[in-house]
Amino acid sequence: MRRMTYREALREALREEMGHDSSVFLLGEDIGRHWGGAFKVTDGLAQQFGDERVRDTPISESAIVGTGVGAAITGMRPVAEIMFGDLTALAMDQIANQAAKIRYMFGGQASCPLVIRTPFGAGVNIASHHSQSLEAWFMHVPGLQVAVPSTPYDAKGLLKTAIRGSNPVLFCEHKLLYPVEGDVPEDEYTIPFGVAEVKRKGSDVTVVATMYMVHKARNAAAELEEEGLSVEVIDPRTLTPLDKKAIVDSVKKTGRLVIVSEDCKTGGVSAEISSVVAEEAIDYLDAPIKRVTGADTPIPFSPPLEQYVIPDEKAIIKAVKEVV
Amino acid sequence: MTLALPKEKLAEMYRKMLEIRCFEEKVFELYGQNLVPGTIHLYAGEEAVAVGVCSSLRKDDYITSTHRGHGHCIAKGAELKRTMAEILGKKTGYCKGKGGSMHIADFNVGMLGATAVVGAGLPIAVGAGLSAKLRKTDQVVACFFGEGASNQGTFHESINMASAWSLPVIFVCENNLYAMGTRQSRIMNVENIADRAVAYGIPGVTVDGNDVLAVFEASQKAVDRARGGGGPTLIECKTYRHKGHSRVDPAKYRPKEEVEQWLARDPLKRFKEVLLQNSDFSQSEVQEIEEKIAADIEDAVKFAVQSPYPAPEEALEDVYA
Repeated sequence: MRRMTYREALREALREEMGHDSSVFLLGEDIGRHWGGAFKVTDGLAQQFGDERVRDTPISESAIVGTGVGAAITGMRPVAEIMFGDLTALAMDQIANQAAKIRYMFGGQASCPLVIRTPFGAGVNIASHHSQSLEAWFMHVPGLQVAVPSTPYDAKGLLKTAIRGSNPVLFCEHKLLYPVEGDVPEDEYTIPFGVAEVKRKGSDVTVVATMYMVHKARNAAAELEEEGLSVEVIDPRTLTPLDKKAIVDSVKKTGRLVIVSEDCKTGGVSAEISSVVAEEAIDYLDAPIKRVTGADTPIPFSPPLEQYVIPDEKAIIKAVKEVV
Repeated sequence: MTLALPKEKLAEMYRKMLEIRCFEEKVFELYGQNLVPGTIHLYAGEEAVAVGVCSSLRKDDYITSTHRGHGHCIAKGAELKRTMAEILGKKTGYCKGKGGSMHIADFNVGMLGATAVVGAGLPIAVGAGLSAKLRKTDQVVACFFGEGASNQGTFHESINMASAWSLPVIFVCENNLYAMGTRQSRIMNVENIADRAVAYGIPGVTVDGNDVLAVFEASQKAVDRARGGGGPTLIECKTYRHKGHSRVDPAKYRPKEEVEQWLARDPLKRFKEVLLQNSDFSQSEVQEIEEKIAADIEDAVKFAVQSPYPAPEEALEDVYA
């Protein structure tokens, strides 16, 4: 199988969709020919498709998203890049009040096929304004879809689905994943939203993990296997829609649930997943649900501080052992 | 004098202005009868702006609108019946009762909807303009907003972007002097919003927003420029709302003399005088228009009142496509 990085897989999805459909265009800060995106995802695309379709914008997050909304409701399929996930705060009205509600408020007259790509996640020592994981904010906004790919394969397939869809999508990427390699087939494919994937089969404990935490959960599962514990790792791949059935089915099988997510614990991704299981499978649980999450703090700068607030393999292993 | 315009065009402009006025008066009346849920922001007094601008647009051109949007809808060609039904929360309304007074849209006539977040329509208008440019149509976008919105960050971001990309957008500032109850002079050190155009390297013009022909002329010039690839224009229309900000507001913060002064410059009254004095409109022709509109409004009310409410569970529809 062909290997490529998460970054290359995203770029290939953009390239393919721009090739198929002239209504697809990209806009964002420094995504064009002179820089290729802060994380180089769009590198080379302006050279191939021109500056009109790969547009460098002013530093105006609200107008970037709003322009995307206006273009999306008039027949285009914009893909906006917000350079860092934290900066979605600057565009929050356009995301949460406009993009998400425009179809509903107008009684279904409009569709808003806008994709907003943005990187979340800590781990590269760039402190509080460039490191947070805010996926849960967007789960709380009806009308938005939220994708959280963890592998190059998922990144490509989900991004293509997002671009082809008819709804606004918050497409969450993770900075530490950009250089991560994985298998990506030569042939084109898409991945439907709302379908989780079992990233590792197991029978003793269910671990639901997202984004970069999927990799840490797999590492932890491999270590635990040596100790005789069989861990099933489930990656929801999209948070909205959420594949509740896959999670609940796994919990019914194992009777134990650990949720691993980098975002804050309070009101976070893990809170929603716990609630789903509490509502739909509590009778199957043989132990309390455990959550391994980011601390309820902003992300600090200094490496030892930063590492302290992000979940690691050790914390996952500890949590798994506590529920068995 | 622009009465060089064809008679039918002038009649249509008068008809639209009067439709808006009568419509708003009727909405006010229905509100008093508890038939309108929520609140209302009436456009009465500002008709010359919406009609002057929309008269310079084609059907396939776009507009974006605000919480004070009934006039924009009607001026762009939305039906009175479905507009009224939406305001009453009925299933037959443009948005099936999900939007209401502050969120009416009619995509079939290029009315891309009213947003009730002040200033939020500007970036969306820029996007529609970019879309027209990328699709290589020659459509233009008129973006309505108030002088209050010109203090939002989106004003700066949007006009800068539209200018940098030479997009076909006409930014129409309806300066009615008050952002809710806050007089412009208390919160801004510029008298003319149009002066801000300098900051973006685009033309900025201030016009008498109670003179529909003046608005039309300025708008037509901006539309021609935009359609020809010349980029955006900022038009400031000085106008005045006849009522308060919303239904509950008696507008006591406005000096009595000021209100009287502006009421004396009522755009509808002025246009009617111009029509009767400077064109070959007869009193009876004007009267004919007026009677037809009175009947149309009654039909719209009847339609809206008799229409059913949506079924409660329809609240769960249209969240996702």
